[in-house]
Amino acid sequence: MITRYLFYFLSILALYSAIMMLISRRQIHSVLYLTLAFFAIGGHYILLNAQFLAVVHIIVYAGAIMVLFLFTVMLLNLNTEQKSPKKMSAKIGAIVSGGMLMIVLIAILRTYDISMTHDPDLTQIGLIKNLGKVLYEDYLLPFEISSVLFLTAMVGAVLLGKKEQI
Amino acid sequence: MTIFIIYKVFLCSVILILSLLVAMYSTLIERKVAAFLQDRIGPDRAGPFGLLQPLADGIKLFFKEEFMPNTADKFLYILGPSLTMLIALLTSAVIPWSIPVIIGGKIYPLQVADINIGILYIFAIVSMGVYGIMIGGWASNNKYALLGAVRASSQMISYELAMGLSIISLAMMTGSLSLKDIVEQQQGFHWNIFYQPLAFLIFLVCAFAETNRSPFDLPECETELVGGYHTEYSSMKLGFYLFAEYVNMFVSGAIMATLFFGGYHFPFVDKLGLSNNTLAVVGFFILFTKITFFGFLFMWIRWTLPRFRFDQLMRLGWKALIPLAILNILITGIVILVR
Repeated sequence: MITRYLFYFLSILALYSAIMMLISRRQIHSVLYLTLAFFAIGGHYILLNAQFLAVVHIIVYAGAIMVLFLFTVMLLNLNTEQKSPKKMSAKIGAIVSGGMLMIVLIAILRTYDISMTHDPDLTQIGLIKNLGKVLYEDYLLPFEISSVLFLTAMVGAVLLGKKEQI
Repeated sequence: MTIFIIYKVFLCSVILILSLLVAMYSTLIERKVAAFLQDRIGPDRAGPFGLLQPLADGIKLFFKEEFMPNTADKFLYILGPSLTMLIALLTSAVIPWSIPVIIGGKIYPLQVADINIGILYIFAIVSMGVYGIMIGGWASNNKYALLGAVRASSQMISYELAMGLSIISLAMMTGSLSLKDIVEQQQGFHWNIFYQPLAFLIFLVCAFAETNRSPFDLPECETELVGGYHTEYSSMKLGFYLFAEYVNMFVSGAIMATLFFGGYHFPFVDKLGLSNNTLAVVGFFILFTKITFFGFLFMWIRWTLPRFRFDQLMRLGWKALIPLAILNILITGIVILVR
């Protein structure tokens, strides 16, 4: 019962902060609303009994990525209230990419049978021990390859940062 | 169910009051320790031995003028200190304070939440710590405050990494992320400090950096930045920032005692033959003694060492602590494999 109310609360919070992120005039408010949205989604993960995912989500998105966003916005001092984007091409691009995302979501959810949903309390897949076993036994190769991807991204970032010396 | 909720609310309130009380008296102890190290007497006017000094300070802060800069972002300006305080208090939820108390055949654990990802929870909260400072520093709309905030956040991001890496070796050894399990494995005198001294050293340095304590107090370096991120703050909002630092000190002391110094365990416990509930009380005081020691260490170092230069601080974080932590992980892995 209490989880149902929590679900409604978190959903409303996530939607509200996501919408506010879009319509806020000040960039710094947008960044903070996005952080709030990440927290709401982290709460959803806990409701799904995926504690590890929830905490990692908070650490990575709210703790690292959004802090860097905040950093950038502050350093560039984008304090001025922003008018709606001027370029027409940007608006059209945003609409097209948003529409494409919606098509993909509909394509996924159209054939989805809701009765197939697993009970998160029974599967226990979200707990750290089970998740680690799955990652390191069944999906070892993709997991390692994705870490190489991160390494490449890191090297790329360092190279871009040192641009003038090359 | 109702009893459970009432018990948890009671436990939360006790821990909240305890952390605030400890933070309050830390301010007095800090001044007393400073006086002791500098061969002075320290505050002794308010009450016997100056015991009412924190109260007087608190009243003074409340009656100060509530100042808000004209150009400040009103909402964020208030959010900053509140967030700092909230985040400082959140961490204590996963610390096991003592062994469970048994009253009338029912077991009452002295820990608010025994989650199986306790260490990761602590990291999540630590990584949140930047927000309060950054929001406050930015919202003041002051150059010094912004510089202080940027310094604070870059410092915290850098030292978070080394802190996380130092704990990985501990997690490898204990095989659990639950603080309760980690404490139980250190029963008697099998404290983790003897097995992971390097990890402890790295963690200690990072804890100083994360709490913005000297020698890592560059965000509020008054010779360069006036007051750092809280330059524009006055009254109880400033009080919240200063107070949160002491709460952080208390909590990080508790975490260090729990992770590396056996928490509420002490040697020769089985020779004493105490009953369970007495042992719980004794264990709590043992943990508290360890935390007090760390609190003293924080103050001792603050009044002994000068502050770093910012490039030195960054170099220490990225070029010394992180490689050391990775090396420690490697050594731990090899030892686990060989054994």
